[in-house]
Amino acid sequence: MKLQKTAASAAVILALAATAACGGKEGSAGDKQGGKTDEKSLPKYDVAKSVDVGSPVLKKAQKRGKLIVGAKADQPYLGFQDQATKKYSGFDIEIAKMVAADLGFAAKDIKFETVDSGAREAAVRKGDVDLMIGTYTINPERKKQIDFAGPYYHAGASLLVRKDEKAITGPDTVKGKKVCSIVGSTPLQTIKEPKYGAKVTELAKYSDCVKQLVDGQVDAVTTDDAILKGYAADNPKKLQVVGETFSDEPYGVGLKKGDNALQKAVADALKAHQDNGDYKKAYEATLGKSGSKFQEPPALEEK
Amino acid sequence: MDVLLDNLELFREGFVGTLSLTATSALLALVLGLIIAGFRVSPVPPLRLFGTVWVTLLRNTPLTLLFLVAFFVVPQILFPGINSFLLAVVALGMYTSAYIAEALRSGINTVPMGQAEAARSIGMTFTQILRMIVLPQATRAALPPLSSFLIALTKNSAIAGAFNNVDLFNIQKTLSNEGYNILVIFLWITLGYLAITFTISGLFRLLERRMEVAR
Amino acid sequence: MSASVLYDAPGPKARARNVIYSVLGSLLVAGIVALILYRLYDKGEFEGAKWDIFNYSGIRENIIEGLFATLKVFAMAAALSLAFAVVLCVGRLSDHKLVRGAAGIFIELFRSIPLLITIFALWVGILDSLLPFSVSIKPMWALVLGLGIYNACVQAEVLRAGINSVPRGQREAAYAIGMRKTQVMATILMPQAIRAMMPTIISQLVVTLKDTSLGYIILFPELLQTARLIASNTTVNGDYPYVPTVIVIGSIYILLCLLLSALANWIERRGRRAKTGITPAKATPPAEAAHA
Repeated sequence: MKLQKTAASAAVILALAATAACGGKEGSAGDKQGGKTDEKSLPKYDVAKSVDVGSPVLKKAQKRGKLIVGAKADQPYLGFQDQATKKYSGFDIEIAKMVAADLGFAAKDIKFETVDSGAREAAVRKGDVDLMIGTYTINPERKKQIDFAGPYYHAGASLLVRKDEKAITGPDTVKGKKVCSIVGSTPLQTIKEPKYGAKVTELAKYSDCVKQLVDGQVDAVTTDDAILKGYAADNPKKLQVVGETFSDEPYGVGLKKGDNALQKAVADALKAHQDNGDYKKAYEATLGKSGSKFQEPPALEEK
Repeated sequence: MDVLLDNLELFREGFVGTLSLTATSALLALVLGLIIAGFRVSPVPPLRLFGTVWVTLLRNTPLTLLFLVAFFVVPQILFPGINSFLLAVVALGMYTSAYIAEALRSGINTVPMGQAEAARSIGMTFTQILRMIVLPQATRAALPPLSSFLIALTKNSAIAGAFNNVDLFNIQKTLSNEGYNILVIFLWITLGYLAITFTISGLFRLLERRMEVAR
Repeated sequence: MSASVLYDAPGPKARARNVIYSVLGSLLVAGIVALILYRLYDKGEFEGAKWDIFNYSGIRENIIEGLFATLKVFAMAAALSLAFAVVLCVGRLSDHKLVRGAAGIFIELFRSIPLLITIFALWVGILDSLLPFSVSIKPMWALVLGLGIYNACVQAEVLRAGINSVPRGQREAAYAIGMRKTQVMATILMPQAIRAMMPTIISQLVVTLKDTSLGYIILFPELLQTARLIASNTTVNGDYPYVPTVIVIGSIYILLCLLLSALANWIERRGRRAKTGITPAKATPPAEAAHA
């Protein structure tokens, strides 16, 4: 019968597709923007030996032989996964590598797992990830559920618009415009307030927002300037960041509540690499290339 | 209990969101389903082919993929700046229309050939046959599956909530961000869905009873 | 073509009219398709560069991995749902009021909750609040469990319909020769029910397969999640290759589902030849099957 023939041909096509998987071009697909990360100027981190700080989470990781780090996968220059090479790159990834080195894990012993914004607390609380390093703002609500080490970077909410956008120049000009961000994010709550009066669209991921911005479904995307600059640098023909920042977002390393030993070890690691210049080098090789000027790292508060 | 009372406004918004999305896409699905069912039983081959392709494609595509197309491809290719509620309605409506078309078609097929032949032999016209003989019986046969499909549609509307619509599923994220017990949040959300699905099955039971005939 | 309830075999006039309708209808459909194709072309979706991404071995491996993840979850969820469905169905037909009631409530409850919510609730740790000890559920298991429970409830109802289709006399005869309840269920009723309902069961499996795509909500890297990441993380001339990815991934899904449906139809035809007196159900999905 007809359906059977369809099925047979379907099987053949699937088999062909499977065999076709072997071979093909190497490297990353799509636009080459001179490489998102300047691989050569990345600092090398010395891996500490036989670390013992009395942290249960770390003990488990050492037994496993891998440190599981939660990261973002869709934020160019911060936490980004190339879909052809499966490699993660960006500033947050470098922070993860320098912290891991001081905890006794070489870069190859880090297992990155993609965790989206809405799932971060759950992932840390449940122990799915040992550390969460992904544009993770330290705030009181989150501190009820997990602990932070940091801050290691200061970002602030800003606006991403299309290159040809004339009307939106900053947070004061978004009245009645459609502004996109992820569900429940703080800048979105701010911009919804009568003072700014934007109409909001809430999606699951920033990359979804960016896609809708390019398609003209929304007029602006709001979140931390570091993230937005990454998108703009990734797609300079179509996107730009406008306006002053209108909030303060200190990024920290999320970890399991109550593991003070780990918190201290991570904070120490951050401090050490900030002092020896790795931090600056890593910044210039990643986030710095998106147009964010280097700023001195903030003083560590959570340690 | 507090979760509901403290956030009554949010729950109301979510409930109305789910309800309006379900109602609008149900309407679209019924209209489209009727048209496609008409195509599938029509004597014109290209229309029949179109109906078959429509049903086969939509029934074998995950709804999630349809939403992906609706939200990220349709605005880019066809209608930039289109309202996202409308997109959700179109995706849900089209998906469900394929199932409804099949239910209607098999409803029509339950009517014995002899009845139509008898009707034609006493000189009834096509519209008369359709209105007085075929449709009443076909509707009766199609009602139970229709009710199930509309309930499925209600449940499927949650997938739109995962994209952009404010609905019962969507408010869950806002609430858990505020630190309420997830068990309680999900309890109330589930009750919201149950209220809608029970209303649908109740309505259809009423309809079935009204259309019932002694045989 | 065969005559239909709705109209007589067409005469010369009707045939002429049908030809006109055919032409007009084809033109309309062709016009819409052409318009969409033109818009796609106009936006540069058919440019080589956009499709070139599939020439990279990394992207291909990615898609294959996603496909296997989807198939793995599907296999596990299918096995779980079928095994659990048998238990639920037997429970629902139990002689004990309590067991019957519990099974009935369980089935009705999980059939009414959107599957998406079941999966999501499992994943964010609803079990933690229900159980005295803490369990951590990985995305894959949340997906498998959610799919398994929901589909088990639907399949249980399908099986129950199958058992009810076995002629009463068989059961009575079995009891009369002294078989016990379990024996009757296991050797007489269940095998025939499964056989009669095989096409419907497989149609519901198609639904299970489609529903694995809900894994995207909990970031499980199945086929659809892979597609989204490929589309959003690759830029081609400042554009995101959603259209090519959707076309490729969509075709894979449709092919997989068609394969399963074809299996259902084949079994139905084969079953019709057997002389058991029980006709297999038509290979249409059960009414509840419309989920995602």
